[in-house]
Amino acid sequence: MIEIKDLHKSYQMGSNSLHVLKGIDFSVEDGELVAIMGSSGSGKSTLLNILGMLDEADSGSYFLDNVPIKGLNETKAAQYRNKFLGFVFQSFNLINYKTALENVALPLYYQRKKRKERTETAMSYLGKVGLADWATHLPSELSGGQKQRVAIARALAADPKVLLADEPTGALDSTTSYEVMDIIQSINDEGKTILVVTHEQDIADMCKRIVHLKDGVIVEDKKVEQVRASQYVG
Amino acid sequence: MLDRDRWQEIFEAIGKNKLRTFLSGFTVALGILIFTVLLGLGNGLLNSFLSSFVDDAQNIIFISSGNTSKAYKGFQENRKIQFKNEDFEFIKSNYIGKVEFATPRVYRNSQAKYEKESGSYNIRAVNQDHQYLEKTIMMKGRYINETDVKERTKNIVIGRLVEKDLFKNKSALGKMLDVDGIPYKVVGVFQDSGGDNEERIIYIPYTTVQLLFGNNDHINQINLSYNMAMSSEQAIAFADQIKEDFKEKFKVAPDDQSAIRVRSFAEDIKETMVILGGIYLIIFIVGIGTLISGVIGIGNIMTFSIKERTKELGIRKALGASPKSIIAMVLQESVLITSVAGYVGLLLGIFALKLIGNNLEEFFILNPKVDTGVIVVATITLILAGLLAGYIPARRAARIKPIIALRDE
Repeated sequence: MIEIKDLHKSYQMGSNSLHVLKGIDFSVEDGELVAIMGSSGSGKSTLLNILGMLDEADSGSYFLDNVPIKGLNETKAAQYRNKFLGFVFQSFNLINYKTALENVALPLYYQRKKRKERTETAMSYLGKVGLADWATHLPSELSGGQKQRVAIARALAADPKVLLADEPTGALDSTTSYEVMDIIQSINDEGKTILVVTHEQDIADMCKRIVHLKDGVIVEDKKVEQVRASQYVG
Repeated sequence: MLDRDRWQEIFEAIGKNKLRTFLSGFTVALGILIFTVLLGLGNGLLNSFLSSFVDDAQNIIFISSGNTSKAYKGFQENRKIQFKNEDFEFIKSNYIGKVEFATPRVYRNSQAKYEKESGSYNIRAVNQDHQYLEKTIMMKGRYINETDVKERTKNIVIGRLVEKDLFKNKSALGKMLDVDGIPYKVVGVFQDSGGDNEERIIYIPYTTVQLLFGNNDHINQINLSYNMAMSSEQAIAFADQIKEDFKEKFKVAPDDQSAIRVRSFAEDIKETMVILGGIYLIIFIVGIGTLISGVIGIGNIMTFSIKERTKELGIRKALGASPKSIIAMVLQESVLITSVAGYVGLLLGIFALKLIGNNLEEFFILNPKVDTGVIVVATITLILAGLLAGYIPARRAARIKPIIALRDE
């Protein structure tokens, strides 16, 4: 699903050049649930941004579902993001004047789906994260956990190949974090490939594979016995 | 443009950001309101200027005679120049195509009497063309016609106030009116916007007056109107030509100013138009200025709004919005706000002009309004202005990098 070879990325900070990714080799199979861990400054967010086509690497290759991701113009990148990727952010990033349902339906709008189809699909994904009854509520009327569930439903709505979650539980208490992880696990159970960036060990333990980043290189990449989140969810 | 979903997106964005939308729209509405009112008042000024000519036809030329002030070609000075019927015929036959209407005028001051009422009135002996030259409006009956002139009938047309003075509350139509001892039949009663004096006049066929008083063919004045197709320069040149021809005809020195007098409104109208042109230019500059400041206002607020929505636009881009769709969204929103607000301003302006109506007549503003052409042009300008105001912010919005927009503070 994801194939990365010798990825380099540096940022220009005034006269200094900051080498953030120093040759990453990394691949993800279909249906994996991978945690990317590392302290701040380790390059994990940069890696996720490159995977998410929000940023481009300086050198190295990146194949997503066998499609080379390189030198895309903005329009093409937008198209690929819409088709291949679903994003979940730490701060939810819902559009605050749109209802839960409208937020979930937005990626479908950019796929030029018909209104009726958008609403139906969005509704079914809201149902999947257990928020069907909250469809007409604005984000401000939802709790943090509910917001993140709406964001997950939105990320899934366009039926992407890969779900990228950047600290999805970073803004949530542990109970709510487990609820969100429970949903992420059940989506993964259905076969969706998911990458989770986190710095919390217990969240990482709920994935199937943990990749450790340090100073721009992968220092550890191991399969783990998955801890099911459902046992913590009452 | 006709994508219903995009409109829905825009209406949603507008509906949920009412204050921002209102502020953007307000500047444009105000600009257009000021522009409309100014333009309307300018038109009112024009109407007022034009109405000062409407008592008579605007394209009228008066030819009258006096005494010579210089000896010329063997003639002594102080010779009286007297127009005759042949001079009127000269006008009619010499300037074919240039003259629209023409009438001789013979003046008299007469005593008119009906039963016990009598009064002194100015008589104007004229032909049928005079009605068009003087813009005489008939209240009842008819004006002097060609047959009256040809057959020297004793038919007369009297002013509204003559009828009121002499006939009291009865209709004068068909009654016999005694003028200087001779009975005439009243065939028509007229009104005139030129004031009370213009309505205390009696019109008689000029041939009749020439026959009954003096039995000559003398004329006091010739009035004519030139072809409206002529420009004001051509009209001024035409008046000068008449003056020259008449001076030659009567052997008057070319630089003698008092013997032959030719007066036209062409020069006055030209001057007025120049002044009005200046006024319009000022209105135009002020109007365009306010419109530009409105557009800059919208541009400003759109820029601000883009900044405020950076995160939202970043989310949209992360979810697959192309730069083009972002530009289109911002432009459409800007055009929508500009045109709707502009139209509100336009309607308010038209309404304000309606309210003003003729209340400012004492400031030379008569019936101020704007015409449809201006409204169409204004609408197109508004849409263009909206595009212009939205373009720079839209491009900036399209350049937003989702990675920066989504960065957690």
